[in-house]
Amino acid sequence: MKVLAIARNTFRENIRDKILYNLILFALLMILSSLVLGQLTLGYEEKVIVDLGLSSISIFGTLIAIFIGIGLVYKELERRTIYALLAKPVHRWEFILGKYLGLLITLLANVVIMTAGLELTLAANGGISLENSLRLIPAVYLIFLSLAVTTAVALLFSSFSTPALSALFTFFLWVIGHFNADLLKFAQLTKAATAEFVAGVLYYVLPNISNFSVADSRSVIQSAAYFEPIRAAAVAWATCYAFLYSAILLAIATAIFLHRDFK
Amino acid sequence: MAIIEMENLTKDFQVGFWKKHPVRALDHLTLGVESGEVFGFLGPNGAGKTTTLKILMGLIRPTEGWAHVLGEPVTSVSMRRRIGYLPENPYFYDYLTAEELLRYVGALFGMRQPALGNRVRSLLEELGLGDARKLQLRRFSKGMIQRIGLAQAMINDPEVIFLDEPMSGLDPLGRREVRQAILGLKNRGATVFFSSHILPDVEALCDRVAILNRGRLRQAGALHDILKVKIEAHEIVLAGISEEVTAGLRPLCDEVTPMGERLQLRAGRPQQVEEIISFALAHGASLVSVNPIRPSLEDYFFHEVAGAGRE
Repeated sequence: MKVLAIARNTFRENIRDKILYNLILFALLMILSSLVLGQLTLGYEEKVIVDLGLSSISIFGTLIAIFIGIGLVYKELERRTIYALLAKPVHRWEFILGKYLGLLITLLANVVIMTAGLELTLAANGGISLENSLRLIPAVYLIFLSLAVTTAVALLFSSFSTPALSALFTFFLWVIGHFNADLLKFAQLTKAATAEFVAGVLYYVLPNISNFSVADSRSVIQSAAYFEPIRAAAVAWATCYAFLYSAILLAIATAIFLHRDFK
Repeated sequence: MAIIEMENLTKDFQVGFWKKHPVRALDHLTLGVESGEVFGFLGPNGAGKTTTLKILMGLIRPTEGWAHVLGEPVTSVSMRRRIGYLPENPYFYDYLTAEELLRYVGALFGMRQPALGNRVRSLLEELGLGDARKLQLRRFSKGMIQRIGLAQAMINDPEVIFLDEPMSGLDPLGRREVRQAILGLKNRGATVFFSSHILPDVEALCDRVAILNRGRLRQAGALHDILKVKIEAHEIVLAGISEEVTAGLRPLCDEVTPMGERLQLRAGRPQQVEEIISFALAHGASLVSVNPIRPSLEDYFFHEVAGAGRE
């Protein structure tokens, strides 16, 4: 109940900060792509539109997750709104979880509206079958999960660091997160026990964003562009991973927060 | 029964970038506040008032000592259902309207509609913000922010309310409104603990006060005990006085201040007053006024803080 009140207020803040204006940019991109790309890519319009649309959903979402995520806690501290809030009967974990869920609601709204825009663009370009249009949904869902993890990373940094550093760290981890599995493979190739151990630790500690962008050794966006199904097991695994990894990060953020003096 | 208890409360802040060293903001503060009283917490800037209030709100942890509010440790979340807090120079979510802020805060107390809506409306009316309820807080004046701050601290009808500098930066009208709100809380039976530098307000409102300087408690007690009705001196104003008479009066009093055609004299002992008056009247002067001088809280504060505190 209190978590939801905090989440609702965070969502309201995002809306009033006009974050959803990025949708206008997305709409322009979709309109342009359907006008221009169709003529450049004979017979592959749909593929290109899906590719561009899903990539945009991921990029716009990631930017929001990082840049709003790093301010979630920091803004409350900087503007001193947190003093009155934490003097209310609110546990620190409720505050952290509420802020997190608030941004997830914003991201969800963003992703849903963009997906609808993508489907509309496809429909306007000659249309696709219902089956094919539904095949985009798992890809979009996986993108949303990657945003959920990115938000948790940004929030964790924002619980103890400045926005500039938090943005840098989060972006850095997001990039590494795409090559995490390669890191492990590379270490195995070196056949050095220490390297393997270090890589193993990093593999589990760093966010594994490739869990959401790659399913069955194929890029999720590419699979979606060819309207190929994504295995349910891969989606289920990614869901568990996102849930567990975010929960651990939020728990760490709460622990940091519990020991913090609000001077 | 003490509603707010502090025992040996001490807080050291670590300062410095490389070589951190502790700076003591609060030094073994022991204080109790009784149920139903209005308690004034005084001290110059940097005395440790805000630090104390933040410890009581669980926002910072004491280095040493402990504090209880309503019989529970200050870290207790359930205890906060029964208290209210207005931070110093408060700032609230400026994208919300007054009504939205109060509804949000009410939701944090688990309040639900329609009770919440009624409470929000009546509070806004009570604090004179009824017309501004649909206005975003970014458009609020400083006085209005202070009043919405009071409203958010009062939403749960608290048993104890903590106000950090509730009158700072307010115009006389705003101060009077805050004063009335505090009296309203007292009449409702709430305990009010507030910090302030605005001493006349403290004098008008408080049952008891504590004076803090450099983190140490200088004095605590009932206002009338601290300012014992002790007449320090008398001030006599005379008119129609010649130079010679003035010269004749000088040895009789402690201080002579010419004020245009009048003369103001200060007499420390009661018999001096009689001597001065009979001398003046015998030499053709007229008596304008005789007033006893009592120390105000302000005098007392200056004595404690400026005199003893900055040694």
